[in-house]
Amino acid sequence: MTPGIVQFAYILATALFIFALHWMNAPKTARQGVMAGVVAMTIAIVVTWAQPEVIHHGWIVLAIVAGFVVGIPLARVPLTAVPQRTALSHAFGGLAAGLVGTAKYYLWLSEGPENLTAFRMIAIIAEIILGYLTFTGSLMAAGKLQEVKWVPQRPVTYPGQNFTNLGLFLIAAGLGIALILHPTADWSPKLFPVIIGLALLFGVLLIIPIGGADMPTVIAILNSYAGLSAVAMGFVLDNKLLITAGALDGSSGLILAIIMCKAMNRSFTNVLFGAFGQVQQITAGGDHKVYKAETIEGAGQVMEQANQVVIIPGYGMAVAQAQHKVRELYDQLKKRGITVKFAIHPVAGRMPGHMNVLLAEADIPYTDLVEMDEINPDMPQVDVALVVGANDVVNPAARSEKSSPIYGMPIIDADRARTVFAIKRSKNPGFAGIDNELYFSDKTWMLFGDAKNVIGDLVKMLGGGSGLH
Amino acid sequence: MTPDAAPVQSADFWSQLFVLVLATFIGLGVIRRVSRLLHTPLMSITNAISAIAVVGSIIVTGADYPPHIRLLGAIALFASMTNIVSGFLITDRMLKMFKTDRKPGAGEQK
Repeated sequence: MTPGIVQFAYILATALFIFALHWMNAPKTARQGVMAGVVAMTIAIVVTWAQPEVIHHGWIVLAIVAGFVVGIPLARVPLTAVPQRTALSHAFGGLAAGLVGTAKYYLWLSEGPENLTAFRMIAIIAEIILGYLTFTGSLMAAGKLQEVKWVPQRPVTYPGQNFTNLGLFLIAAGLGIALILHPTADWSPKLFPVIIGLALLFGVLLIIPIGGADMPTVIAILNSYAGLSAVAMGFVLDNKLLITAGALDGSSGLILAIIMCKAMNRSFTNVLFGAFGQVQQITAGGDHKVYKAETIEGAGQVMEQANQVVIIPGYGMAVAQAQHKVRELYDQLKKRGITVKFAIHPVAGRMPGHMNVLLAEADIPYTDLVEMDEINPDMPQVDVALVVGANDVVNPAARSEKSSPIYGMPIIDADRARTVFAIKRSKNPGFAGIDNELYFSDKTWMLFGDAKNVIGDLVKMLGGGSGLH
Repeated sequence: MTPDAAPVQSADFWSQLFVLVLATFIGLGVIRRVSRLLHTPLMSITNAISAIAVVGSIIVTGADYPPHIRLLGAIALFASMTNIVSGFLITDRMLKMFKTDRKPGAGEQK
């Protein structure tokens, strides 16, 4: 295989990757995009494997088989577990970059120190710091999302946390610079693992202060880091295909992170260093406001009379696995000629687009999934807003309460609908730990209980009442 | 034996940077147009695509390098391959679910 053919194949793969992402702009063409991606990847693997310098094949076959053995079950997880699967794959991406960087450094150190130019060393240090911090950071994020026992769910904060983190990062960067200046000194091979250790530690420390509500942003940022570590690897290996693919991944993570931040009215630094999500103490001592609870029958009757119903799903729907029951409710209402739409907040759930995937899985046509900005002008005409496991994204305090931590965050205007029903598992505040005024509003009625059961009962009531079943 | 004699010795810094900048602009342009409905599948497909790191791992694993170096490569290859397989499969699985039409008997469609 001549270098010309290899380069040509890589250019072809690059073009196909760009098409793959381009076709993701609409659900109709998106699957074609996956096909393009698979073809590009296959071309790249085959051409690389066929290069003359690849002479040992046993371990390659073994690793590829192992990749299939682990990868196939990972692709079959329930869709509610997609956020942690995604975080886990960012961890794998970071690990791969870190390991290749490590391998290349020690290889060149022993077999060709002249390769360790300043430029290459900068790329290697960037690759390993980004790679390893993405590895542990993403593992922590996956652990939090999966609710693994020994990973704290609530944000962990301590005095001087940002100072510690920044200090640690500066030490790692400083040691990195020392290595860049002296890549082949006696102490260099010993310093290298120290930097790896610091990067691994930094990844953990960066994620422990982050709470559940911030996960969509954090996953997007880690996505971006994983992409950047691939770019750095491309610089190390002088491989433009890697640089391009990494840049596509990095810019995707960046755009998603920006969208998520805007949807919460917060900045990157505020998400990473703000330690959002602690239960506020001030609200605890305040006056006791009263919820108005409603029965299933009462709620069902109001919904039957409605012309337009908007369902606002949140993470609670995913936790309760209620999406299929929601579909049944949707069917019951549609049968009666009621217009039903879903209002999707960009940060609802635990990763970008999480709600759309769950509702699509439940067989709800994507044409009825409406973005926040599109549905808000219609909210005053909506008869019933049904909040299913969402909390902060419908909290009117974001518009009015200057002291609220979520002040300024764009919300779905559920409170402007004529009647609001909110399904809530318990009377505790939401993930951001903030009381929700919506629940105490005159037109809001609470349906306490597990979302799946409550909606199941609603469906039964509606089904029985109409005599259609 | 110098296995690294084959690739370009003087890493062409400027052309690499050039590629990075252009690719980032293409990425920003293309990704911005992706439907918000598909942000979860987008993340899983970009994940699979960035596992193109696999090409680096294949060389490190398969070339005539010391075993401990090749072992690092093999682990990296395994990690990338897992991302490729699970990334593309789950993206396709999710995309299959996005439909406009309903199953029969499910009520009228606007």
